[in-house]
Amino acid sequence: MKKYTYTEKKDTRSGFGAGLLEAGQKNPNVVALCADLIGSLKMDAFKKEFPERFFQVGIAEANMIGLAAGMTIGGKIPFTGTFANFSTGRVYDQIRQSVAYSDKNVKICASHAGLTLGEDGATHQILEDIGMMKMLPGMTVINPCDFNQTKAATLAIADHHGPVYLRFGRPTVPNFTPADQKFEIGKAVMLNEGKDVTIIATGHLVWPAIEAGEMLAEMGIDAEIINIHTIKPLDAEAVLTSVAKTRCVVTCEEHNRLGGLGDSVAQLLSQQMPTAQEFVAVNDSFGESGTPDQLMAKYGLNKESIVTAVQKVLARK
Amino acid sequence: MPTTEKLKKIATQVRRDIVRMVHAVNSGHPGGSLGCTDYLVALYFEVMKHNPDFSMDGKNEDLFFLSNGHISPVFYSVLARSGYFPVKELATFRKLNSRLQGHPTTHEGLPGVRMASGSLGQGLSVALGAALTKKLNGDDSLVYSLHGDGELQEGQIWEAAMYAAHNKVDNIISTIDVNGQQIDGSTDQVLSLGNLRAKWEAFGWEVLDAYGNNIDEIVKTLQYAKTQTGKGKPVVILMKTEMGAGVDFMMGSHKWHGVAPNDEQLATALAQLEETSGYNYLGDY
Repeated sequence: MKKYTYTEKKDTRSGFGAGLLEAGQKNPNVVALCADLIGSLKMDAFKKEFPERFFQVGIAEANMIGLAAGMTIGGKIPFTGTFANFSTGRVYDQIRQSVAYSDKNVKICASHAGLTLGEDGATHQILEDIGMMKMLPGMTVINPCDFNQTKAATLAIADHHGPVYLRFGRPTVPNFTPADQKFEIGKAVMLNEGKDVTIIATGHLVWPAIEAGEMLAEMGIDAEIINIHTIKPLDAEAVLTSVAKTRCVVTCEEHNRLGGLGDSVAQLLSQQMPTAQEFVAVNDSFGESGTPDQLMAKYGLNKESIVTAVQKVLARK
Repeated sequence: MPTTEKLKKIATQVRRDIVRMVHAVNSGHPGGSLGCTDYLVALYFEVMKHNPDFSMDGKNEDLFFLSNGHISPVFYSVLARSGYFPVKELATFRKLNSRLQGHPTTHEGLPGVRMASGSLGQGLSVALGAALTKKLNGDDSLVYSLHGDGELQEGQIWEAAMYAAHNKVDNIISTIDVNGQQIDGSTDQVLSLGNLRAKWEAFGWEVLDAYGNNIDEIVKTLQYAKTQTGKGKPVVILMKTEMGAGVDFMMGSHKWHGVAPNDEQLATALAQLEETSGYNYLGDY
């Protein structure tokens, strides 16, 4: 098992904030909109450096999405910022008609996704957003795993023409992705080559997948670990190549098992390479209040859950 | 030919297009289309500075956003007759593989359309976004938008209205088609709009009134509205219209909101709208 280390834990939302600032410095057409959550989205630095390109819209997310769509007409590249719930479920029809169907170059940037929002509870812990967004034709869906990857993703989507949903979160997590690692939309990152089982993880489940890989190695199980940050378009080649070797797969995500990464992988495999698969994901339920660690344990989204899922899928191989 | 006479002839021909388009596919929305014909003709043939050699970015030209997308027949007819695409393409309205979808969309690449609309309440936000970009680009041309009065029942309109006033978006002229009708009945019956002038004034907009089925009056109001831009406030025109204007049996009722005429009704309607092929490139498609 390849050894991964990190010097500090950082939040992915700060990676977004850093990436947004740099994108703004590189491209004068980058503009940012926020619905009364500047601090939470870490958009302060962009706002400070580019006040004329920053738009506070108030608690009015539907209007924010429409404004962003309109701002693309004339060449701006708008990044909208609010919590993942208010970035998707609250404004689904606005995204569908004014952004996706209208082919607008809007970047919908969503923080506090999933259970790790913590104590605020299920009203804010959206676990359905990846599903909603990936169903929209033409939408790119990205869920990076740490600070560096989120920063790189933010810069990459500024250069990509088309609507994007960028999902990140609140807690600090190990920042292990090399700062100079190129972010390629739609291209999986191979974290560890192995032969017994394929573990595919996205977002906050990537580090637990690495930890699970270490636990499995001690048990004599050689896991291949793949970080899929782009859920749509899915890197089919990476999945198929790996699964052809290991013949079983575990998908890991901080999302409902319905509609998420696991669904996309299962659909691909069912058509091209029917394979035993286990899902580390929330089992079609809402979340609740608690600390992030407590919630991830209760809902089966930690390294122990991944190890259990691997054992289960190996038995079905 | 004096401007008014020219615009009236164009409006009559557009009305012929509308009833023929919806009749041909036995679907679509003639009522609001006929009611807004004079406004759209005034806008595209007299008031706006625009380029039928279409570019999505529309830099240094006025932009129009149709928020109440169901009145696509009038929008398509006016775009075609302004030179955005061939008039004969109107015959493809609502048919398979057409660029003229039931509700307007950018998706099929129809020149003149910059946003999809149909799901109501979204167009004001989009128009404001385009207006903000014009300001960022130092582009002093204007943004126009049209909304149904029933559409004002959507909450997003008021989010956008609040935003525009707070941020002094003063390069937009929005118009509300106040025909008092919606699908299930009059707006008073379904969900009354109350005092619209008071509402828009309370939201910080400069409010103008117009009767939208007098082409002279609507041109004058739009020209006056232009003089009210750039003064720190967004401008809205409350435009009273008659749903179905120009076709007597379609007027004064919500019943022709989304119903197409049959063969006999089409003939009656066309008889009331004298063909204007004598003028320029007009004539039936």
